[in-house]
Amino acid sequence: MLAHSIFFYTFSFIAIVSAIMLTVSKNTVHSVFFLILDFISISCLFIMIGAEFLGMMMLIVYVGAVAVLFLFVVMMLNVAEQKNEWFVSTESSSHIPVGLLIGLIIFFELIIVIGGWKFKPDLVTSMSLSINQVSTNTHSIGSVIYTDYIHVFQLSGMILLVAMIGAIILTFRQRSGIKRQSYFGQISREKSDAVQLVEVESNKGVDVDD
Amino acid sequence: MINIGLGHYLTLGAIIFTIGVVGIFLNRKNIIVILMSIELILLAVNINLVSFSIFLNDLTGQIFTLFILTVAAAEAAIGLAIIVVYYRNSGTIRVEEINKLKG
Repeated sequence: MLAHSIFFYTFSFIAIVSAIMLTVSKNTVHSVFFLILDFISISCLFIMIGAEFLGMMMLIVYVGAVAVLFLFVVMMLNVAEQKNEWFVSTESSSHIPVGLLIGLIIFFELIIVIGGWKFKPDLVTSMSLSINQVSTNTHSIGSVIYTDYIHVFQLSGMILLVAMIGAIILTFRQRSGIKRQSYFGQISREKSDAVQLVEVESNKGVDVDD
Repeated sequence: MINIGLGHYLTLGAIIFTIGVVGIFLNRKNIIVILMSIELILLAVNINLVSFSIFLNDLTGQIFTLFILTVAAAEAAIGLAIIVVYYRNSGTIRVEEINKLKG
């Protein structure tokens, strides 16, 4: 139990500090690095409390894909010259105290909800998907996700497909002056368009069109 | 303090959620940091779902977290694509200079 609490406090401290550093750091690349650190510490927490599959999924999806995507975009767009003006006073900076106030209110609302939270004692028994203590976490998720949640699973695949097509279409740029293949013209070309049989008379030769 | 319960994880989720919301409000830099703050908010929601799932002994929260992960990845891809297109058209992604809609 002591080890659990020590690991919890360590990882949550790292997560909170890196989340704060994400929002206040001057360089956007550093923000992405702190995002990666945050995801890694939170996935360590997930693995620690027994959701190993989600922790590993978090590492693969967020650190392996999303954070690398962020890094690509940050390095592709030239944001290095835009040094941060954190709390700089411009004409539109009057919303900073309002934003801080709203953040504090949201935080205290969440804390009040957590502090007064009690679950109904018969709520747990009415649930159907209790965690099987014998099989592993990955096995129990896999045995549920392809049977009970198969439609939602397929729907999430459709969401990923739509996102992929949307991202490609958004960033696709048609440059002028580039020769491209016309597939339909190539496929629909007939033999009669391409080849011409000519009876060549002797001593005359053939007229070539072009 | 020693016994880590559900309240500790929910508090961690609340803190990270609040940092994400404040990061959206107070951002003076570029939109990419706002997108990262949205990822933080989704992460806090995932923490809440997973901790409820573990401490209430119910697998549904972890399944739902998996789908939230999918949607978050799709959202990050689309958002970054929109940012790339906007940068290509207008040459800036600073929050203050994006005022075409006069909002």
